[in-house]
Amino acid sequence: MKILVAVKRVIDYNVQIRVKEDGSGVHTDNVKMSTNPPDDNAVEESVKLKESGKVKEVVAISIGEDKAQESIRKALAIGADKGIHVKADSYIEPLGIAKILKKIVEKEKPDMVFLGKQAIDDDCNQTGQMLAAMLKWPQATFTSKVNLKDKSVEIVREIDEGLETIEVNLPAVVSCDLRLNEPRFASLPNIMKAKKKPMEQLNAKDLGLDLTNRIQQIKVEEPPRRKAGIKVANVAELVSKLKNEAKVL
Amino acid sequence: MSVLLIAEHDNTKLKPFTLNAIFAASKIDGEVHVLVAGTNCENVTKEVASIPLVKKVLWCESPNYQNYLPENLAPLVTKTAEKYDHIVASANTFGKNFMPRVAAALDISQVSDIIKVSSPDTFVRPIYAGNAFATVKSNDKKKCVTIRPTSFEPAEKTGGSAQVEKIEPVDVPNISKFIKREETKSERPELGTARIVVSGGRGLESGENFKLITDIADKLNAAVGASRAAVDAGYISNDHQVGQTGKVVVPDLYIAVGISGAIQHLAGMKESKIIVAINKDGEAPIFNIADYGLEADLFKALPEFLAELNKLNTIQK
Ligand SMILES: Cc1cc2nc3c(=O)[nH]c(=O)nc-3n(C[C@@H](O)[C@H](O)[C@H](O)COP(=O)(O)OP(=O)(O)OC[C@H]3O[C@@H](n4cnc5c(N)ncnc54)[C@H](O)[C@@H]3O)c2cc1C
Ligand SMILES: Cc1cc2nc3c(=O)[nH]c(=O)nc-3n(C[C@H](O)[C@H](O)[C@H](O)COP(=O)(O)OP(=O)(O)OC[C@H]3O[C@@H](n4cnc5c(N)ncnc54)[C@H](O)[C@@H]3O)c2cc1C
Repeated sequence: MKILVAVKRVIDYNVQIRVKEDGSGVHTDNVKMSTNPPDDNAVEESVKLKESGKVKEVVAISIGEDKAQESIRKALAIGADKGIHVKADSYIEPLGIAKILKKIVEKEKPDMVFLGKQAIDDDCNQTGQMLAAMLKWPQATFTSKVNLKDKSVEIVREIDEGLETIEVNLPAVVSCDLRLNEPRFASLPNIMKAKKKPMEQLNAKDLGLDLTNRIQQIKVEEPPRRKAGIKVANVAELVSKLKNEAKVL
Repeated sequence: MSVLLIAEHDNTKLKPFTLNAIFAASKIDGEVHVLVAGTNCENVTKEVASIPLVKKVLWCESPNYQNYLPENLAPLVTKTAEKYDHIVASANTFGKNFMPRVAAALDISQVSDIIKVSSPDTFVRPIYAGNAFATVKSNDKKKCVTIRPTSFEPAEKTGGSAQVEKIEPVDVPNISKFIKREETKSERPELGTARIVVSGGRGLESGENFKLITDIADKLNAAVGASRAAVDAGYISNDHQVGQTGKVVVPDLYIAVGISGAIQHLAGMKESKIIVAINKDGEAPIFNIADYGLEADLFKALPEFLAELNKLNTIQK
């Protein structure tokens, strides 16, 4: 079996982002970037399935500027076999990303596509489901457990009410939750080896797809800030404030 | 112009967030039609028909829709959407699961998780874990929108009498199968809609110690929340997680105990009306957003808190 795993390079989750004064977006110059956290889980799961012998090949793909290759190299260092970088210098909406991924799926013919459940920058939570719909494949979103069988995959999903178990036929799209596994760190020798692994390069423009964005960003603003509150001396004061001042008890 | 809203229900009862979605949909356009798809779900159609903001109920019966498998539900929504300008659902695990499939089938760029309707084509949505608000305009002819339920009030439940129209199910692909759902059953209010939420973090140190949190929650008739660290450590189940990758809550009172206040946690609770933080580290970032901060050891403070609450007789049930 073969897995295609999608990794996105985003602003690191530890960075306190700053909104640009002119309302055009957030500052990204000199800001630390890293792989979208649940995408690390997607890579980890793909590589684990390869190590278990059920999967023969793992291909990592990222769509974005040249630096997106860093996220691909990281996946290669964890254990992916090959990288595909689809160069795109301006932003592409999830619909466009899904169209690009579909094109690559048609070429690479994977049995499964693994993605993160959401990207922590835009929090769109769409790409995997859109890709599945375009391919007419089933999907498993918010996945926290994977049990791969011959012709299907049994999945435990994290839903608002608790946990749900489903079984979907292969080929399928799987979007991964942070609780799916504990992503490993790449060792230095593996990082070195990853530099020699193949990386195919394509240009989004050359794929013959309609990638025009449909959503126009009018402005980006700071959310209203909360006023700093007070510290209370003890529990009795806390309860008294909640009852008499905030009137919530 | 009219809006197609997809109801979430368990085949007997409507899920409360659908009411918030209906309210949001009515801000887009007054002509709100609600699709109720399921198995033996006639009661749900009646419940929806009595919501005054709903102008029409579309009822589709088929065993294929019982468990909301998105592979089955999305084709029905896509077909029904032909006559509508907006397709709307809640941005919870229900709406997030099937709506992008509908959008992709219609070649639409979905607008996810909106917190405000500025006009029928312009919406506000949080990005970067709520650290920025983006105003976006959809240039697609039809629009697929998911709404953040806690940012809109619930629609009135009674007084309406919308017409119920039966519609035919569509073919399903048979590529996915529902096996089971393990719901955490609880007598407590639902986390998403509770008036008071008491949340515990890594500071609780164990699942047994979470009793300190649940005792207070029961006293206050509150829901129980948790940080991701507490869920990952197995102190409590995943459906309690508050934050960017968990649930978003906007209660009147949020009490964070032994939670440091990482931005990913704040993303899920910082719109709460009153925030209380109990933490032994005076420098913990949670204090920057708390209305009332108590710097104390939780193992001492929580029993005292319970004792003080027991002295009050005014707690609303
Ligand atoms: C109005 C607007 C303005 C924007 N402006 C900018 C901008 O100026 N600069 C900028 O860089 N971005 C910008 N973006 C971000 C945009 O390009 C997002 O990357 C795109 O919309 C995908 O959304 P998401 O990552 O939130 O999708 P999700 O559906 O949340 O992503 C889920 C998963 O899909 C996969 N995935 C998503 N994108 C990629 C990718 N590129 N490569 C590989 N896998 C991927 C990952 O596995 C990810 O975990 C903007 C977005 C919007 C809506
Ligand atoms: C992509 C991504 C998504 C995430 N999504 C979420 C999310 O949805 N929700 C979420 O919560 N987190 C999320 N996180 C994790 C987040 O970054 C933090 O790691 C997490 O919130 C920390 O949980 P905590 O505050 O319980 O633990 P810690 O940060 O370890 O804090 C524990 C606190 O307890 C205090 N404490 C310890 N003992 C006591 C005592 N006896 N009395 C009083 N106080 C005490 C300490 O002073 C400390 O402040 C996400 C992370 C990533 C990378």
